[in-house]
Amino acid sequence: MAAMTMPAAKGRRVRLERPEPLAKADGQKPIAAAKVRKPELLAPAGSLEKLKFAVHYGADAVYIGGQKYGLRSNADNFTLEQMKEGVAFARGYGAKVFCAVNIYAHDEDLDGLEEYLRGLEEAGIAAIIAADPVVIETAQRVAPGLEVHLSTQQSVLNWRTVQFWKEEGLPRVVLARETSLEQILEIKRRVDIELEVFVHGAMCSSFSGRCVLSNHFTDRDSNRGGCCQSCRWQYDLYFGEDEPVLSGEGDRFTMGSKDLCMIAHLPELIEAGIDSFKIEGRMKSLHYAATVTGVYRQAIDAYFADPAGYRLKPEWLEEIYKAANRPLTTGFFFGEPDADDHIYGPEPKGAPYDFAGVVLDYDERTGIAVVEQRSPFRPGQEVEFFGPGGRLFRQTLVELEDESGARIDVARHPLQRVRIRTEQPVRAMDLMRKRIAGA
Amino acid sequence: MAAAEARKPEPSAKAIHGQNSLMKARKPELLATASSPAELERLANAGADALLVGGPPFAARAAGPFDLAMIRDAARLLHPQGKRLYVLVNNLLDNAALEALPEYIRGLAEAGVDAVECGDPAVLMTVREEAPGIGVHWNAEMTATNARAAEFWGRRGASRAVLARELNGEEILAFKAKTSLEVQVQVHGMTNIYHSKRRLVESYLEHSANTGRSFVLRGRDGSDAGGSAGLPGAADAAQGLYLIETERPDSRLPIFEDEAGTHIMSPDDICLLEVVHELLEGGIDAFKIEGLLKTPEYNEAAVRAYRTAIDEWLRDPAGYEFREEWLEPVRALQDPRRELTFGFYYKEQVY
Repeated sequence: MAAMTMPAAKGRRVRLERPEPLAKADGQKPIAAAKVRKPELLAPAGSLEKLKFAVHYGADAVYIGGQKYGLRSNADNFTLEQMKEGVAFARGYGAKVFCAVNIYAHDEDLDGLEEYLRGLEEAGIAAIIAADPVVIETAQRVAPGLEVHLSTQQSVLNWRTVQFWKEEGLPRVVLARETSLEQILEIKRRVDIELEVFVHGAMCSSFSGRCVLSNHFTDRDSNRGGCCQSCRWQYDLYFGEDEPVLSGEGDRFTMGSKDLCMIAHLPELIEAGIDSFKIEGRMKSLHYAATVTGVYRQAIDAYFADPAGYRLKPEWLEEIYKAANRPLTTGFFFGEPDADDHIYGPEPKGAPYDFAGVVLDYDERTGIAVVEQRSPFRPGQEVEFFGPGGRLFRQTLVELEDESGARIDVARHPLQRVRIRTEQPVRAMDLMRKRIAGA
Repeated sequence: MAAAEARKPEPSAKAIHGQNSLMKARKPELLATASSPAELERLANAGADALLVGGPPFAARAAGPFDLAMIRDAARLLHPQGKRLYVLVNNLLDNAALEALPEYIRGLAEAGVDAVECGDPAVLMTVREEAPGIGVHWNAEMTATNARAAEFWGRRGASRAVLARELNGEEILAFKAKTSLEVQVQVHGMTNIYHSKRRLVESYLEHSANTGRSFVLRGRDGSDAGGSAGLPGAADAAQGLYLIETERPDSRLPIFEDEAGTHIMSPDDICLLEVVHELLEGGIDAFKIEGLLKTPEYNEAAVRAYRTAIDEWLRDPAGYEFREEWLEPVRALQDPRRELTFGFYYKEQVY
């Protein structure tokens, strides 16, 4: 687990200027904190199923992509019918659904934009996340029921630009990932607007939107959803007449960043007055969405239940690691990233756990759960069952039966329904993950 | 029309559009960048109608540093010849950078600068407040991809749209047909394809030094790594600092760092001389030659080539014919490892 140490602030913590002193002389936690509004937890939902799990695991809002105009052309993007179902499901939890309409459009993309935006409004989408002024303006004109949130693709770093977008009628700006906590505080002080920031997940290492590596290497337009992550490819650095800059063999150059993780710094972000904490990852698994959302939900709730007694729980970090793909960093929050914040050489192996199944049903009388298979598992394997709020237990799988009650030696088939005796009660929408052999 | 427009009338918009129509009567503009006052004079003499310069901390990827005094002198040199001076204020700015911005903009106005090229709304608003008389050329780099977005910025005070280099020829011409703004197209030179706030080269050298590798980079060596090594700046890139992607050994991507972060540039140079008449016929207002990381000799040859082509077309559009020999002086100075290409002019992208 050495590669998985928590991102520290590396002694570069800036002194935060605050309007009033936060800590009292006797060392007690701030009173001001109690007055802070609870931030929205905003989670990614790459599909209807992921939406349901993100909401069930505690998201106050989720963001999705539709069939067009979104920056993840490879995701299982939502049809209007699926959006309506997702909105209805979310409403049951008091949660909202946002839709990313965040491409930089070419003229050929604009036919149908008005109809598309009206469709989102009719489907009950609460807000769109947009970067291109043509999308912003069109939404304001034809679908006034949609809030427009300015996407991080606009790379907004300063309060004056935030003020500009506020005057354009936008209630919320998603700041650039290059904004430090100190800068966020200044923006918050100067402009009365909702601020949304990324707290977790993969990051562009460029200013968002200011990269066309994919366009050049593969003719795929990164600003219309075609990004092929060329920043994570391997490069060599040369000088002059094909002279390698570096001696000998070693890690190659890459622009790839470690992934953002702010779980260890939530009180600072909450007390800064940030309105929405955003988790990246519409392309990530249901397991990722549920796990990461669940952890941030618990941490935010724990803080507001008792700001003075709040502490980071080690089990939250363990959960994060079980879903993590890459080593973690605090990005620009506490200073400029350096060599420690990038990934050189082969990407370290991900979590030692794999998503194995979804609990569909549980019979309290018999203690048998029906689990829908998401990756193969077999008797003898160590698994974890977990649900919202941090419920979690480990057990070794003993007997497995298929739906007809016949004993099976492996749950081999995707979506196969398997009957498992669980050592503790579980609930529908709990998840099962398995430990990967050798990890 | 748009709700936003009704909410927020733009007192300056009328004046800007007035200025715009005057500009439209002018002949197409050949715009070049300059790395120094000497190069500026040289390129003006070679036929550039306008020069684009800039300097730290507000310019990103300026060909060379121009401070206010140099900018003032440049304006004094160019204006009597009927030529124009534009200044890059195109960095994405943080809060701290805003403090000195109004004074800088006033300084540019006093120096007689004709327009500011920018892509951050904070700069646009500051120019409108501090120097309403000067033009705003909206350059959102690779995100300037459709005419209606350009119109949006036009209603907020921009007089010219600088088009993304990733548009193809059809898109460029359709863009021009749909906007009331002046349209500027880069016709020659390299393009920025990646801009990060991170210091990627410095971080990589630090990482490599920490894992026991040494490096030599123009007067610095590995023993300096981790702080005192200084930035691998544009001067290094001009002398040949570049990246090669493992599976594309023939593509050399110049890379450099400055106060604005790390910049990676295209492996080839755009050259639209052969099709410049199509852009002229389409009414494109400004033709830009990007001189970044090129020698003044090279840039002069490029300016002369485009000057000849534009003048020939203006003299007799119907009888115009591209002549290969116009390009020969450019070819003679072209880095053999960098291809002259049509960029995205004939490309269809997918996504």
